[in-house]
Amino acid sequence: MTNIIIEIKDVNKYFGQLHVLKDINNVIETGEVVVVIGPSGSGKSTLLRCINRLEEITSGDIYFEGNKVNDPENDINLIRQKVGMVFQQFNLFPHKTALENIILAPIKVKGIREEEARKIALKLLEGVGLKDKADSYPAKLSGGQQQRVAITRALAMQPDVMLFDEPTSALDPEMVGDVLEVMKELATGGMTMMVVTMKLVLLKR
Amino acid sequence: MIFRWDIMFKSLPILGQGLIMTLQLTIISVFIGIILGTIFGLMRVSKNKVLYIISSAYVDFFRGTPLLVQIFLVYMGLPQLLGFPLDRFPAAIAALALNSGAYFAEIVRGGIQSIDKGQWEAARSVGMNYSQMMRYIILPQAFKKIIPPLGNEFIAMLKDSSLVAVISLEELLRKGQLIITRTFRPFEIYLAVAILYLILTTLISRFVSYTERRLDID
Repeated sequence: MTNIIIEIKDVNKYFGQLHVLKDINNVIETGEVVVVIGPSGSGKSTLLRCINRLEEITSGDIYFEGNKVNDPENDINLIRQKVGMVFQQFNLFPHKTALENIILAPIKVKGIREEEARKIALKLLEGVGLKDKADSYPAKLSGGQQQRVAITRALAMQPDVMLFDEPTSALDPEMVGDVLEVMKELATGGMTMMVVTMKLVLLKR
Repeated sequence: MIFRWDIMFKSLPILGQGLIMTLQLTIISVFIGIILGTIFGLMRVSKNKVLYIISSAYVDFFRGTPLLVQIFLVYMGLPQLLGFPLDRFPAAIAALALNSGAYFAEIVRGGIQSIDKGQWEAARSVGMNYSQMMRYIILPQAFKKIIPPLGNEFIAMLKDSSLVAVISLEELLRKGQLIITRTFRPFEIYLAVAILYLILTTLISRFVSYTERRLDID
């Protein structure tokens, strides 16, 4: 029981009349890589976004490391620091360089010293093969590079779980490989991951 | 009827004093207006109902009533409530700043709401609270989008500041009127006043488009 990281209990979610999530139950253990597949509009992304409360659930409960995510009494920002998220559209901050994108939250949210944050960030960037792009603005990076920076941004918070929302759907086919490689390495390294995708090729990895 | 160039030129030093007053009025009012506009603009996008209602009432009132009425309300009306008279300059600044603050609030609101939803979510997903998200992610991007409308607002304020001539504050227009009472040459003087406004507004709009182009590069 101790290694359960995310618990989803009888979760229902409505968008108006639309019943998107119906009685979802699931448990994710530490180190697991869970892939959520299904046709578009089936609520995969919605489920993922409920885990860090970017969406509110209508009924049921979601626990992260024993803390109820959907309890307004709990500080959601503390939970979000432990839950990394990677978006389909990357959502890098366009007014900041790759490095600044990565170190912003560790410094401002976690309170890490700047030199320390830089060191961590550069090491992570090196890991995804983008150390030379540290001072580039997102607009100067390809989609695949942006997504790898976005993954690094999430990792820099040293999360306990990584949520991937269609991480390769917005990428050109030749860019997909680099991003998948990074994700594969993460999984091998023991990171708990939840990946929403429509691309079955991801599954094979 | 002869056009008296000499009277027009002789009026310039005094009109120049008025011009300086006009610039002071405009710059100070716009500066305070930007601060007010940022505060009220943030309140306009707030989920807090009370903040939203207060800011909406402010914006609606100052955008929905004539500036001339607002100037009278501040300069003539407020002293009745306060029990002491207001000096012309601070009264004029107050009216102009409150007015431009309402317009800026809408510009700021528009700028904030134009930022992609993904930016809000990305900021949220790394654990930022509302004020961190606004300060580091949303406002810096919004302000960049705000610069062109801000330039327009500055030009509008420069022209609208001529309205405070009605409370005898000696800005550009009022200086012109005073010269006319001595020279009886309204055409030359009003034309000079108009040309001076035109020079200022042209300079500002050039400066704004230059700034825009500079910001586009990076």
